[in-house]
Amino acid sequence: MGADFVILSLTPLLIGTLAAIACALPGNFLILRRQALIGDAISHVVLPGIVVAFLITGTTSTWPMMLGAAGAAIVAVILIEAIKRLGRIEPGAAMGVAFTALFAFGVLLLEQSDTSNVHLDVEHALYGNLESLIWFGADGWGSLLDRQALAELPPELGRMAAVTAVIAILTLVFWRPLKISTFDEGFAGTIGIPTAAIGFGLVVTAAVAAVAAFDAVGSIIVIAMFICPPAAARLMTNRLEAQIWWSLFFAILSAVLGFVLAGYGPLWLGGEDAVSAAGMIATVSGVILGLACLYAPHRTRIGAPATPD
Amino acid sequence: MSAAAIELATDHGETVETAIGADVPLAVQGLTVSYGDKPVVFSVDATFPAGSMTAIIGPNGAGKSSLLKAVLGIVPKLSGSVTVFGKPFETARRRIAYVPQRASVDWDFPTRVIDVVMMGLYRDLGLLRLVRPRHRERALDSLDRVGMADFADRQIGQLSGGQQQRVFLARALTQGADLFLLDEPFAGVDAATEKAIITVLKALKEDNRTVVCVHHDLATVTDYFDRVMLINVRKFAEGPVASAFSAETLQATYGGRLAATHIDQLDLVSA
Repeated sequence: MGADFVILSLTPLLIGTLAAIACALPGNFLILRRQALIGDAISHVVLPGIVVAFLITGTTSTWPMMLGAAGAAIVAVILIEAIKRLGRIEPGAAMGVAFTALFAFGVLLLEQSDTSNVHLDVEHALYGNLESLIWFGADGWGSLLDRQALAELPPELGRMAAVTAVIAILTLVFWRPLKISTFDEGFAGTIGIPTAAIGFGLVVTAAVAAVAAFDAVGSIIVIAMFICPPAAARLMTNRLEAQIWWSLFFAILSAVLGFVLAGYGPLWLGGEDAVSAAGMIATVSGVILGLACLYAPHRTRIGAPATPD
Repeated sequence: MSAAAIELATDHGETVETAIGADVPLAVQGLTVSYGDKPVVFSVDATFPAGSMTAIIGPNGAGKSSLLKAVLGIVPKLSGSVTVFGKPFETARRRIAYVPQRASVDWDFPTRVIDVVMMGLYRDLGLLRLVRPRHRERALDSLDRVGMADFADRQIGQLSGGQQQRVFLARALTQGADLFLLDEPFAGVDAATEKAIITVLKALKEDNRTVVCVHHDLATVTDYFDRVMLINVRKFAEGPVASAFSAETLQATYGGRLAATHIDQLDLVSA
């Protein structure tokens, strides 16, 4: 593996891996809180927000995108409440209706607007542009030490690395309150843990991960990475600490294996073109979950579920 | 807040704050809790003296758990005040330990017995302080007091219901509190667990700590507790078991729902 790998594959691999980690970390807690759908929901809502932010500002830089996504999330919450009350529909269905409707609206908006000069189109929204995140300034492994070449790294890499680092640090710092309030929210409140703020912070963190990852890798990976690696990890162990490590391992494995299979798999099978890396990464994560369901050591529930009183 | 809820609050009026000394572990005044428009606890006053063991009893849906949760700030109060050792609840957290209903959590959660008990040390450990051997010893000591020391490294889902209840009690013991609030600690547990729990609670009482239990088994009230509080949305009786736990107060609290024959079987001190 030489210069070609560094130029063509190194940055997409790194960005895919970082995106997978950023989503899998909060995904562990979302799954244990029975809120796994929130990751799905967020990644859908993000689209119209990003499109509107682009139409207003004309750029795809980070802050307008974040604000647009946040605005869309607020609209989504209001919409869900309205559907629930006016249509007298159960909350789960109201959520499903609101998110798919907003995503569809985002797609329509995207088709109607002129986004030809930026990386923003329907395909990009679904499976990102991982393969196009090429390091033009590189000419081999030596470029990793070359200041000038490093300056030409795709900006998505720095952004994704920063977001992933922040999420990792937040998970470490708030580990105890997160774990306690996820296990026993009532008790957590009595010992002074601000449970509502912790729950809200977790959703916001997931949203930030979704927006950052969406930009580089599209919504398919985001949805898959929130759920598949943590769900597979839960089946590997009965300790939360170990579950987190397993989920990181599965996220990285999905990203690397998926990227390699997308690039070379079709050639090995005698095909001509590579397939979408994002699609393949998500598929690999699904296959890992499937294998875990069949062969992992802790597949059966052992404790009684919580019963609301 | 809905119109009916506001009406409920104004109807009841402002609570008159009376001075409560630091020697009173728990006092509630005019406590009202409502879900939607329906009050589940209405204008309850009660005082729990130091070193007492009180059973809160009443029919299903009488607001027993809601009363406890409102005291702890888990569900919002519509009106009323809660005073813990002469201070508002928020500033006296350290002195309170809460044992929730066992069924309120998912026991498939990926964690071990010792980790759950260590949760009781959160106020000492905070976000990032390292777990020292003395912390672990404190948790193991609590487990030992409920007879669960051998189970420290088990996954919590592998425990029986009674063992899970004892783990919850051990977590509360680790908190080193002076006031213990327990929600149905004897519900659905085996005889060994019931004995282990009551032994621990009586030891706490001997140590001048205060125990308040939501309790459902009328037959054990006289054996286990020295004080009783009967509620069915409103408070019907409160005081020493000998005087407050009578056929009359039970009949009033439970209405027609408690058969007279059932009351006859109880070991009551006739008024």
